[in-house]
Amino acid sequence: MGDIMKEQQSAAVVRLSKDKHRSSLKKQLKNQRTLILLSIPFVIYAIIFCYIPLGGWLMAFEKYKAKDGIFHSKWVGLQNFTKLFSDDIFLKVIRNTLAMGIINLVLGTVLAILFAVLLNEVRLILAKKFVQTVSYLPHFLSPIIVTGIVFDVLSMEHGIINQVLIALHIIPKAVNFLAEPKYFWWIVGLTNAWKETGWNSIIYLAAITSINPDLYEAASIDGAGRLSKIWHVTLPGLKPTILILLIMNVGNVLNVGFELQYILGNGLVQSVSQTIDIYVLKYGIGQNNFSLGTAAGIFKSAVSIILIVVSNQVAKRLGEEHLF
Amino acid sequence: MKIKMNRKTPGDIAFDVINGIILTLYMIVLLYPLLNTVAISFNDGTDALRGGIYLWPRMFTWKNYITVLQKSTMITAAKVTVARTVIGTLSSTLVTSLLAYVLSRREFLFRRQLSLLYVITMYVNGGLVPILLLYKNLGLTNSFWVYIIPGMVSAFNMLVMRTYINGIPASLSESAEIDGAGHMTIFFKIILPLCMPVIATISLFTAVYQWNSWFDAMLYNRMSDNLTTLQYELMKLLNSVTNNNATAETMKNSTGQVTPASIRAAATVVTSLPILCLYPFLQRYFVAGLTIGGVKE
Repeated sequence: MGDIMKEQQSAAVVRLSKDKHRSSLKKQLKNQRTLILLSIPFVIYAIIFCYIPLGGWLMAFEKYKAKDGIFHSKWVGLQNFTKLFSDDIFLKVIRNTLAMGIINLVLGTVLAILFAVLLNEVRLILAKKFVQTVSYLPHFLSPIIVTGIVFDVLSMEHGIINQVLIALHIIPKAVNFLAEPKYFWWIVGLTNAWKETGWNSIIYLAAITSINPDLYEAASIDGAGRLSKIWHVTLPGLKPTILILLIMNVGNVLNVGFELQYILGNGLVQSVSQTIDIYVLKYGIGQNNFSLGTAAGIFKSAVSIILIVVSNQVAKRLGEEHLF
Repeated sequence: MKIKMNRKTPGDIAFDVINGIILTLYMIVLLYPLLNTVAISFNDGTDALRGGIYLWPRMFTWKNYITVLQKSTMITAAKVTVARTVIGTLSSTLVTSLLAYVLSRREFLFRRQLSLLYVITMYVNGGLVPILLLYKNLGLTNSFWVYIIPGMVSAFNMLVMRTYINGIPASLSESAEIDGAGHMTIFFKIILPLCMPVIATISLFTAVYQWNSWFDAMLYNRMSDNLTTLQYELMKLLNSVTNNNATAETMKNSTGQVTPASIRAAATVVTSLPILCLYPFLQRYFVAGLTIGGVKE
């Protein structure tokens, strides 16, 4: 990204000096006027829909009452935050969000890379195309549909997972996976992997095709087999892409999805299923405790920003690709 | 040397076989649940409760589809969903492209500031509660426009689009400028037509998002039944399936051949069919689009 910026700047400098000769100052100003007029609605839009809600963060430091509004509610300082962090439920919610976020990140990254590498080794063009197209399919299904599918395949009565596991003698009788807290995080992780592996592999596949073919040829001459070519050429070639996507996804680690946990999370598993977003919805909006809900939202934003800055710094230290 | 490279060693063959098995298993895991849903959607509802339906219906019927398509809430939801997908995609693509164009103009004085104003929104947002209050104050709750206006400008799509516009030779718009064309002419006559691949990508992303939305319907328009969406209706169906009491009740009320589970299967097929038919044809565009952005969703 840094390179793009530099390129743009140098291009701008070249163009500016050209422009001086080419067009009169008057025309330049007229051009700018149109651009400025065009950008005014965009500035207003951003302020209303993105920055005014940030002003709503004030609620987290108040005892917000609808009748008093944001500006006249009682100021309570950090009281909402201390309340939040002494709440056992919220501490569990943080743990659940982080655990599912990390499982999603690791499974998502590893499986997408694995799939991209394996697909790249398929020689039959038609089979490769077919597998690739099918692998994108679940990405386009709505989260509600995917949640319904999870219910179906894990069902105790006719669910295919139970049937297969019993047939293979792995379990003696049907298990109610959705009622067992110990399975919940993995169900969410595997479902997300089912949905997004194909989609996430797009960028890795593109990165593999840009690896210099000479490297593979050189490896063949040295007598390398398929596996050692994957290990010594493909994976090192993917390293910059993997790192930059990891940095971006680490910042997103708290966005663990919502539908699966919200709909699958029944009373039996709620100690492991509730995430920060569900907490905001249930205790913030549902119980009209807007101040507490906002405080939880701020906590989530703050952690995300810290995570992305830290992972970016780590990448910089290692002398690798970084975002900013 | 070429011949040596193409000759298959036993190790290569073993690798190909194992790779083939792994990818075949993956395909089965991906496709089986979907094909099973299709089979159940064509099967008699009460019969399906006995289980044992895998890839093919046992008692074939159209009843589930007829029930779904005759439900008045489903028809309302379908109309709302089509409207929000069409209006939302067109407006968002146009507006986002215009912003990308403005920010692609290197001579623009406030380019950096405006760009930053939007890039920040990718990382920080007010959160659910302040946003809900804002929409209430703006009169966007219990309104169709809550589906269209708040998501109109996407910073991510704008970046993808701007990267693409920056790759278009500057000489094209420069020569138009010499001919006296204004920004609107350049945008509509030169930039937009050349951006079709990336526009296809952005439109697909937006359309899929709009088509699959339900949370906004639940959070902002819960009180307005005439603003429900397909996925929100599907979620209500899903909840009634998981609730056994509801199952018994619906079965008594209905003709005894459809169940919430079989209706849900039919509704799943109906609501996902349009996108599943469309995406294979747009594949080369979104693959290119994702690679242009150099970043993913």
